[in-house]
Amino acid sequence: MTPGQPVRFFQVGSFAAGNRLLAPEMRTVQSDATRANSLTSGHRACQGCGEALGARYVLDTAMRATGGRLIAVNATGCLEVFTTPYPETSWRVPWLHSLFANAASVATGVAATLDAQGRNEVRVLAQAGDGGTVDIGFAALSGLFERNDDVLYVCYDNQAYMNTGVQRSGATPPAARTATTEALGPEPGNPFGQGKNLPLIAMAHNIPYVATATVAELHDLEAKVLKAMTMHGARYLHVLVPCPLGWGSAPAATIELARLAKESGLFAVFEAERGEVTASSSIRHQVPVEAYLRPQSRYRHLFDDTGAVLRPDIVGRLQALADANIARFDLLKSAS
Amino acid sequence: MSELPFAISLEVGSSLANRTGSWRVERPRYVDRLPPCNDACPAGENVQRWLYLAEEGSYEEAWRALVEDNPMPAIMGRVCYRPCETACNRAHLDEAVGINAVERFLGDLAIDRGWRLPEPAPDGGARVLVVGGGPGGLSAAYHLRRLGHRVRLVDSSAALGGMMRYGIPKYRLPRSALEAEVARIAAMGVDVELGTPVHDLAAAMRDGGFDAAVLAVGAQLAHRAYIPAGDSARVLDAVALLRSMEGEAPPSLGRRVVVYGGGDTAMDAARTARRLGASDAIVVYRRTKERMPAHAVEVEEAAEEGVAMKWLSTITQMEAGRLVLEKMVLDEHGFPQPTGELEVLQADSVVLALGQDTDLSLVGGLDDVAVRDGALEVDDGLMTGHPGIFGVGDATNAERTVTTAVGQGKKAARAVDAWLAGTPLERPVRHQLASFELLNTWYYDDAPKTMRGRLEPARRTGTFDEVEAGLDESDALFEARRCLSCGNCFECDNCFGVCPDNAVIKLGPNERYEFDYDYCKGCGICAQECPCGAIVMEPEGI
Repeated sequence: MTPGQPVRFFQVGSFAAGNRLLAPEMRTVQSDATRANSLTSGHRACQGCGEALGARYVLDTAMRATGGRLIAVNATGCLEVFTTPYPETSWRVPWLHSLFANAASVATGVAATLDAQGRNEVRVLAQAGDGGTVDIGFAALSGLFERNDDVLYVCYDNQAYMNTGVQRSGATPPAARTATTEALGPEPGNPFGQGKNLPLIAMAHNIPYVATATVAELHDLEAKVLKAMTMHGARYLHVLVPCPLGWGSAPAATIELARLAKESGLFAVFEAERGEVTASSSIRHQVPVEAYLRPQSRYRHLFDDTGAVLRPDIVGRLQALADANIARFDLLKSAS
Repeated sequence: MSELPFAISLEVGSSLANRTGSWRVERPRYVDRLPPCNDACPAGENVQRWLYLAEEGSYEEAWRALVEDNPMPAIMGRVCYRPCETACNRAHLDEAVGINAVERFLGDLAIDRGWRLPEPAPDGGARVLVVGGGPGGLSAAYHLRRLGHRVRLVDSSAALGGMMRYGIPKYRLPRSALEAEVARIAAMGVDVELGTPVHDLAAAMRDGGFDAAVLAVGAQLAHRAYIPAGDSARVLDAVALLRSMEGEAPPSLGRRVVVYGGGDTAMDAARTARRLGASDAIVVYRRTKERMPAHAVEVEEAAEEGVAMKWLSTITQMEAGRLVLEKMVLDEHGFPQPTGELEVLQADSVVLALGQDTDLSLVGGLDDVAVRDGALEVDDGLMTGHPGIFGVGDATNAERTVTTAVGQGKKAARAVDAWLAGTPLERPVRHQLASFELLNTWYYDDAPKTMRGRLEPARRTGTFDEVEAGLDESDALFEARRCLSCGNCFECDNCFGVCPDNAVIKLGPNERYEFDYDYCKGCGICAQECPCGAIVMEPEGI
């Protein structure tokens, strides 16, 4: 006889939203038929929108963590536009929008007001796209970090200004084609060596908690929101949300692309506390960066019509970025 | 717009007025597909279903789902050659699910706990004669009883089981498991008559007043081949050798035993010879190892027990104490051709395992029952040319395994039932196969197979103890949970979780999900991210 193996519950659908063999309280918030649906149906996001998905994941989890005592502040951006075309709203949480640049400041104000009212059980969450975070709202956000205001700030990163027509942002990756970085000339697409890595910038503020996540790993994303909601002070969560429109990808491929971004090493999934990296998610099945790049037409200039690599020099530089992430965040350690 | 509180500009969730389903050009639909294990099972088991129930620890329900098709899981969990595991999609990930081991676990547990087979349907009044108490006959009798028919099961031997008893050695199938499962079928009200050969089927049916008959007479006659043999050469056939292990005194084979043939029976004979004390057991086969009809597991276990193999050789002459072999080569068609090169091999005895034939003299008087190449000719519904007479198992030209015979017994019982009722035989709709490419295997954790323990080879040759061990509960549960549920929803909530438009409605345990086509934009993420391939995207009608 082989010695009895411990019975584990995750062999069937281990990484799926739910698992009938697990106790309900151990399944994801999203698997719960009574989840808040903070962002409900009828919104006008494109087919397969990663941001709509990411926002519901985050807010439903925060709603569970706070027992529904949550106020959300939104910057201008896709998320604001597609959820609230007058006279409709898709939000089922108290939700506030002011300007593009000031989501962090408004959130600070809401938190300060609640504090003045003695209603500290009501928590504040600010959310914005990458443009509203790394470019337009950056000063306000840095101020929020510096003051360590009690706000969870969530950036849904789709790597460009999508709802205005796919213009480059400070979070657009190298070589990606956007309306303002055309695929022309010897170095087509967005130049190398620019852009801002906001999770690292946030860490430099020594705030209590910084984490990255993608819409491909729901368990991981929810765990990070739950953890953030157990803490106070300024917390920053950066969620990669693929955009079929701006990335030129199939609507059905949204989650698959988020997964490939992480599995190639181009997007590092990690956690940091008080400026120190405390954990990172290992790559399960490593893929070369081209597996991630090829399905996206924003990188079409790197491949020929058969899908063969046309610009090995550029693909090589992107692979080097992935390899640097893998080394820096220790992404190839075996899962424990 | 209704009156809203101060500073509230829009009504909560008012976007529900915007039916985004109108954007859709493709619509998702839930489907069920045929899992490869079910597709491959010759007994027609719903393997995935009983694994699903076993995963929850609902072992009795799992066993009940299993015996819907196969009343002998403890036997099957030992002797089946596991086409399900060969077909299993999990083999592309790590290793196939150990389906057979879980089946044995359930079968043994049922015997332990005394679970009873389902009650027969109310008596329909028809009388059916089943000739032969092997796996095909027992399966037919079981399924006929469940359909409410009266069954008489006759067999020429002293005990039920057919080749499971008289052909499969005890080290592969302990008799306690056999006895228990056979007795359970007999206890369903089958009228069993042993030691009764049927010589004339027409007379037997007339005398007994039977409305239909199922012939499950097997293939019990050793195939003969002419080999010049000296008077004192000790030659016997494998069928007789294996049969003699059941009760009678085993024959003396001597120290060096040669087995001639390359099938499973040859392996069983060689392994039996080792257990009877032969220091050398040598299998002589005219083609190569790759072309042997024996199943790989049998060849492997025989080799572990010290059985030697001599490929590309035929026996041209047998004398006392020695054989003359001729070396063969394979021609371009893979057929062995003689080379004229001779070789002498010392042998105390020779066991011939050259295949088995069927004794079909009982249908000699029925002109409309056709026999071709020594096998009963049957139609799609297993009926012979004579209305109401059906044939199953080794007596037809089906694959000669216990599992196939069990499947044919079930099929024949349903065909008999339809024929008696004068209705066409209904065939279940076969779903499209759930092939590996349809799965999204990201969602499954890596979990290699649990290995079943085997008796040490050194300890095997001295005894007829069972070689392969079973799994304990935690291992069996682990193994069941490795099932990927290919092609059929297992309620992982993924579609419900990944829809950006909340357009999937969760209906609750065992009720699965529904699409809300009012809001589904047809992005296809649900289909792409379904682990088991149970969602298809179809063009939207205009």
